[in-house]
Amino acid sequence: MEQGLTQTAFAPALSPTARRRQLREKAIAGFITLMAFTGIAALILIIVFVAKEALALFTDPAARHEASFSKMFLAQDVPPGRPPFRWQPVSRIPKVSMIPLFVGTLKTTVVSMLVAVPLGVFGALFAAEFAPRRMRELLKPVIELLAGIPSVVLGFFALMVMSTVVKDLFHFDRPLNAMLAGLGLALAIVPVIFTVSEDALTSVPRSYREASLALGATPWETAWKVVLPAAAPGILAACVLGFGRAIGETMIVLMASGNADVISWSLGDSARSLSATIAAEMGEVVVGSPHYSLLFFIGVQLFVFTFVLNLIASTWTKRVVRKLTGGAA
Amino acid sequence: MKHATRRTVGLALTALTGLCAFVIVAVLAFILANILEGGAAGVTWKFLSQPPSDGMMGGGIFPAIFGTAALTLLMTVAVMPVGVLTAVYLHEYAPPNSLFARWVRVAIVNLAGVPSIVFGLFGLGFFILFVGRGMDRMFGHEEMYWAQPGILWASLTLAVLTLPVVIVSTEEALRAVPMDHRTASLALGATQSQTLARVVLPGALPGILTGAVLAISRGAGEVAPILFTGAAYFLPDLPTHLNSQFMHLGYHTYVMATQSPDVEATRPLLYATVLVLLMLTFALNLVAVIIRTRTRRKAASAH
Repeated sequence: MEQGLTQTAFAPALSPTARRRQLREKAIAGFITLMAFTGIAALILIIVFVAKEALALFTDPAARHEASFSKMFLAQDVPPGRPPFRWQPVSRIPKVSMIPLFVGTLKTTVVSMLVAVPLGVFGALFAAEFAPRRMRELLKPVIELLAGIPSVVLGFFALMVMSTVVKDLFHFDRPLNAMLAGLGLALAIVPVIFTVSEDALTSVPRSYREASLALGATPWETAWKVVLPAAAPGILAACVLGFGRAIGETMIVLMASGNADVISWSLGDSARSLSATIAAEMGEVVVGSPHYSLLFFIGVQLFVFTFVLNLIASTWTKRVVRKLTGGAA
Repeated sequence: MKHATRRTVGLALTALTGLCAFVIVAVLAFILANILEGGAAGVTWKFLSQPPSDGMMGGGIFPAIFGTAALTLLMTVAVMPVGVLTAVYLHEYAPPNSLFARWVRVAIVNLAGVPSIVFGLFGLGFFILFVGRGMDRMFGHEEMYWAQPGILWASLTLAVLTLPVVIVSTEEALRAVPMDHRTASLALGATQSQTLARVVLPGALPGILTGAVLAISRGAGEVAPILFTGAAYFLPDLPTHLNSQFMHLGYHTYVMATQSPDVEATRPLLYATVLVLLMLTFALNLVAVIIRTRTRRKAASAH
């Protein structure tokens, strides 16, 4: 309990029943504390066991030869006309460059952010500042509902419905491309950005708004120049969180991106992301092979990226609270 | 700028933010309408109660519904005690300013941000290859028995994934139990664990149920973590053992949408499957929202 209502025994001579009771209480408290360790343990086990399967890339000579760091991250000597970066781990001569996967992940993620950030942040600003109470109370559960749609359903929707629309709209050659995957991803991260931004905006004290309005600012000026800057760290955190989700999201990209390992910044070309590569290839891989270790190594990278992004986001959300309460919290 | 102009510009920009909110809602409405329209005709009793036939071109999705239900049931059994007790520790037992409690919180926040596909890798690396192999060695199985994808490993993987959901909502529920109830119970001579079991947990029960429902709806929709921990493309039999593979609504959707030889022919079945999955998760979310608003209203009127 926050107030620390734990009972402390002060009497030196306890009856046997009281002592048994006290012992039982201690045992229960110990058990509950032990259970609380599960979260930490899970996080540690995740990193240990994903990294463990990737370790062969550093220790096993065969794997080290097939998937060395230079092969993963640097341009390779290839016959003229062939691309120097390729991801084809199951061809006769395996090519294991991560660069196309980075490009693909970045491409789809950036598209999704360009769509989801304005929609989410402006939508949250509307809900927090301008919407009548009734409308806000309706808006929040509706967006929660959007957050509840399984990503495989969003992937399905992108694949079956959005693909033809996007292809015709932008005159793309392929129905499955980075733009489509990015738009699908945007659907998945809008709720995240909206919810976290809305929290940050509503935690700005009323006095800020009243002061601004009293000085003659219009409601929009108040929202834009006072409330939004005050909530800025929280909104940045929302964007970082959304970015992390977009990097890690798997099913939508797997179903909508076309999964080709091309390096191109054109949004009409297909893209292959880090997460979708794991999902697509892990099913057929030989356990313990270099390819298998490579997929786990991609997992380690994803874990590290999102871990760092989450740490940044949580520091920033804390900063909003501290800033607005003047360091009291 | 004159005040009137500033006001007009402001109103225009306000309308823009309203438009953004409207677009989000409109997209959601469109998705729902599209799936409802495409799938409603396909959801018949026959579709819900029969296994697929003709190489997925006909029949129903009963094994996938059964598999999803069994998977989430096992997951719930695994995640609830751990999640609830962790929240109890954080809110009832942790000393103020406890460093351990702070670490637990950091771990939970980060656990919530781990990509779902990484959970899949974890399930494969830890549960199947480490625990499963260890169990096979211990029980002397000659062939792989536990060290293979199965419903137990898939549900435990999902349990780890949904752990933060349960912890966060349980803690919220504990916070809603008035402090007076605890002090009153302790003042009457009850121990802390008696207070917990007879006063705090019953008071927090609706909130805890909300957490369970949210975890189930999240777990039922996740496909990436079960791709290589137990979901199967097609199985004639329902899962009977903890190491059986199973069919799953989400995985079924993915496979039918991407690997069907004739997408046009399977489209109605596909839409019907998606509709069932969506209705399932929405129904669960709706239940959670209803319980939560009712509890909040009750808590508000109690003060």
